[in-house]
Amino acid sequence: MYLYADNAATTKMSRTAIEAMLPFLDGVYGNPSSLHSCGQKAKEALEDARDRIARCLNASPREITFTSGGSESDNQAILTAAALGAKKGKRHVVSTAFEHHAVLHTLKKLERQGFAVTLLDVAPNGLVTPEQAAAAIREDTCLVTVMAANNEIGTVQPIVEIGAVCREKGVLFHTDAVQAAGHLPLDAAAQHFDLLSLSAHKFHGPKGCGVLFARRGVTPERLIEGGAQERGRRAGTENVAAAVGMAAALEEAVRDMAPTAARLTALRDRLIDGLRRIPYSALNGDRSARLPGNVNFCFEGIEGESLLLLLDDKGIAASSGSACTSGSLDPSHVLLAIGRPHEVAHGSLRLSLGEDADEAQIDYLIRAVSETVAYLRGMSPLWHDLENGRRPHVLAR
Amino acid sequence: MKVLAAMSGGVDSSVAALLLLERGRHVVGCTMKLFDRADPDEPRGRTCCSLDDAEDARAVARRLGIPYAVFNFTEAFSGEVLDRFVRCYRSGVTPNPCIDCNRYLKFGALLRRAEVLGCDRLATGHYARIERKNGRYLLKKALDPSKDQSYVLYFLSQDQLARTEFPLGGLLKAEVRAIAERHGFVNARKPDSQDLCFVPDGDVAGAVERLSGRAGEPGAFLDPDGRILGRHQGIARYTVGQRRGLGLSAGAPLYVCGISAADNTVTLGPREALFSSEAAAGDFHWISGEAPKTPFRCRARIRYRQPEQPALAVPGADGVVRLWFDEPQRAVTPGQAAVLYDGDLVLGGGTLL
Repeated sequence: MYLYADNAATTKMSRTAIEAMLPFLDGVYGNPSSLHSCGQKAKEALEDARDRIARCLNASPREITFTSGGSESDNQAILTAAALGAKKGKRHVVSTAFEHHAVLHTLKKLERQGFAVTLLDVAPNGLVTPEQAAAAIREDTCLVTVMAANNEIGTVQPIVEIGAVCREKGVLFHTDAVQAAGHLPLDAAAQHFDLLSLSAHKFHGPKGCGVLFARRGVTPERLIEGGAQERGRRAGTENVAAAVGMAAALEEAVRDMAPTAARLTALRDRLIDGLRRIPYSALNGDRSARLPGNVNFCFEGIEGESLLLLLDDKGIAASSGSACTSGSLDPSHVLLAIGRPHEVAHGSLRLSLGEDADEAQIDYLIRAVSETVAYLRGMSPLWHDLENGRRPHVLAR
Repeated sequence: MKVLAAMSGGVDSSVAALLLLERGRHVVGCTMKLFDRADPDEPRGRTCCSLDDAEDARAVARRLGIPYAVFNFTEAFSGEVLDRFVRCYRSGVTPNPCIDCNRYLKFGALLRRAEVLGCDRLATGHYARIERKNGRYLLKKALDPSKDQSYVLYFLSQDQLARTEFPLGGLLKAEVRAIAERHGFVNARKPDSQDLCFVPDGDVAGAVERLSGRAGEPGAFLDPDGRILGRHQGIARYTVGQRRGLGLSAGAPLYVCGISAADNTVTLGPREALFSSEAAAGDFHWISGEAPKTPFRCRARIRYRQPEQPALAVPGADGVVRLWFDEPQRAVTPGQAAVLYDGDLVLGGGTLL
C-alpha cells in the first residue's frame, strides 16, 4: 500500500488542473506581452485565470497578483505594508510566534531595518485571540499578520475577528492563507483581510505559482524589477499555464469545499481517536479548531525522524514539522511555541490527509503508527529510562 | 547485508560508499546534520559537515543510485560535543571534539539509528582497519600511514567493531582520489577537511565564548615559581605548548606549561619546561575489552598524527594508565587522547589527565 499523508507539504495535481494547463504548454505558448494572436490568447487566459481566482475569493481581479508561490506572496505582503507604514513613520508589526518562516524571516529582515516586531504568544491549544491582537496594536503599528491556519498543527485562527480589530484600529491585516485556501471559506468582502497569500500546490494546483491578494488602495511593493507585467507589481514573463492550473484547482476545491470538509473531518477524528490510544502521546493543537485533514501528534521517547523513515518503509508518506527546512528536521518552532518541551517536540508526526482518504487508509495509518512507535520505543534507551522511572514522563499516559 | 554509509560529502566517505556497493552490499547513504550555521553568510572554511556538503553527498548518492537521507543530530551534537568542548576549555583542558563526535555521534547516535532502520552495519570513510581473530575484533592502523585515523577511534567496543566497516582502511589516499575521479564524483578534488566543523574561522576561543555566552575572564600569567608575568585573556585562549598569541615580550621565548581553572592562571615557562617523561590517561578503554594486568612495553601517541613513541604502560586499578616514555615528550596536553599501539594494532586509549 502507498499512502500519501503529507498533503500539507504538497498535493498531487488534480486531473482538472492538468487538463486546463495542457493547451498553454503546447498550443498557446505565446508570451502574454506579445502583440500577435498567440500572445494575446495567452494574455486572455491569464486574465481569465485572474478573474476566476478573484471570484473564488469574492474579490476584484485587480486585487490579484500572480507570484511564484506562498513564500513570495508572504514576503511581498509584509514588505508592502512595511513600506506603506514607514512613509507614515509607523514601524511596528504584530504577528505570532508560530508563523511560517516566510513570514518570520521577513519580519527578522524588517527588524534589522529598524522595525519593531511583537510576536503574540500562542496558547497551548495552538490559538491566538483577537484580544491579544488588539492589546498588541500600538500607535505606530503598520501591520498585523496572522496565519489563517497553521501549517504544522493545523489550528484555525480567528482571522475574521482579528481582521475586524485591525479594521477598527486602521491597521493593515495580512493573513497567510496558504494552508487554509480550498479548505476554509475565504471572502474578501465579508472578511477584513487587506493582504492574503495563496499557494497553488497546496490545493492540487501546480508548484511554483501563487497569488497575493492586495485590497484596492494597497499597492504591492515590487520585489522583482524588470518589465511591467502584473501591472508593474511583479516583473517577469507570466507563468500562464500555472496560473490557469491554479484557477482550475481553486475553483474545484471551493466548489466541493463543504462536503469534502465534512468527510475529511470525520476521518481526521477517527485517526485522532486511534492514535490517542498510544500511551504517552498527545495531540498537538486544538481538537476542533483545526484543518479538516490535519493530525499532529507527539510521542514520547522516540525521534520523529526514525518514525518517518520507518513509516516510509511501510509505504506511508508523512512528515515531522514542516518540510521547508532544507532536508532537515529541527525541533519545530511551532511545537515549542505551544509549549511542548524540546524532547517531545522531536518526536512529532504530522499526517495530513488528502481528499481521497478513506476509512481503510485511516485504520492502516493507526495500525502502522502504533506498531512503529512501539518498535522504536522498544529500541530506545531513552524510553527504557522513562519506563524504569530514571527519567520522568513529560506526557500523560 | 544492509549497510548504512555515513557520507560527509567529502571524497573519502563517497568512495567508501562506492566500495561497499562493489562488495555487493545493500547500501543506504546518509549525512548527519550536526549544527545550524548561525549566519548563512559565514565563511565556509575547510570543514566536514555543512549543508552544502550534504548536497555533495546527495549528488554522490544519486550517482550511485542508493537511497539517501539527512539525519538531524543537532541536539545530540550540542549535548555531547559542543557542551563538552566548552566545559573542557573552561576547565583548562584541551578537548578533542572530533573524537567526541566519533564516539557519541557516529558510533553512538548514528549506529543506533542504523539498528533502528534495520541496517546490519555502519560504514564510514575513516582510514583504519578492522580484523577478526580468534572471535575477537581487532582495530588496526590504516595501510596508508599518512592518513591513519585509528587515533580518533580508540574508544570502539567489541560490539561497535562488530557492526562497523571501514572500506578505505586498505587503500592509499591517492587511490581513493583516483577512484573518485574515475567515477566522476563532484567532490573528487575537494580539499581534505581541516578545521573543526563548528569553528570554520579557526577562532576556538571565540567559539567557546559564543557557545557559552560568556566572555573569557582575564587572569594572571605566572612563571614556574608563581611570580606574575602579566595578564592573560581567559584560559580558553591557551593550550599547553602554545607560544604564539601570549602578548608578552620576554627575553627568551615562553610557552604555556600549565593551565589552572581553579585559580584562573596560566603558567609559562621556557621550552625545556614543556618536556615530560611521564603521563597518565584516565577513562581508559581497551579494544580487546580486557585491561592487561601487568606493565608492558608499547608505542604511544599523545596527539593526532604524532609518530608513536616507545613507552612503558602501567595499567592501574582505577582505569588510569601511567605511561613512562623512553624519550621526554613535548607538551603532554590534558584532554587530548593517549592511544597505545603494538605495531599496527590499537591496544586502547584514554584521556590525558
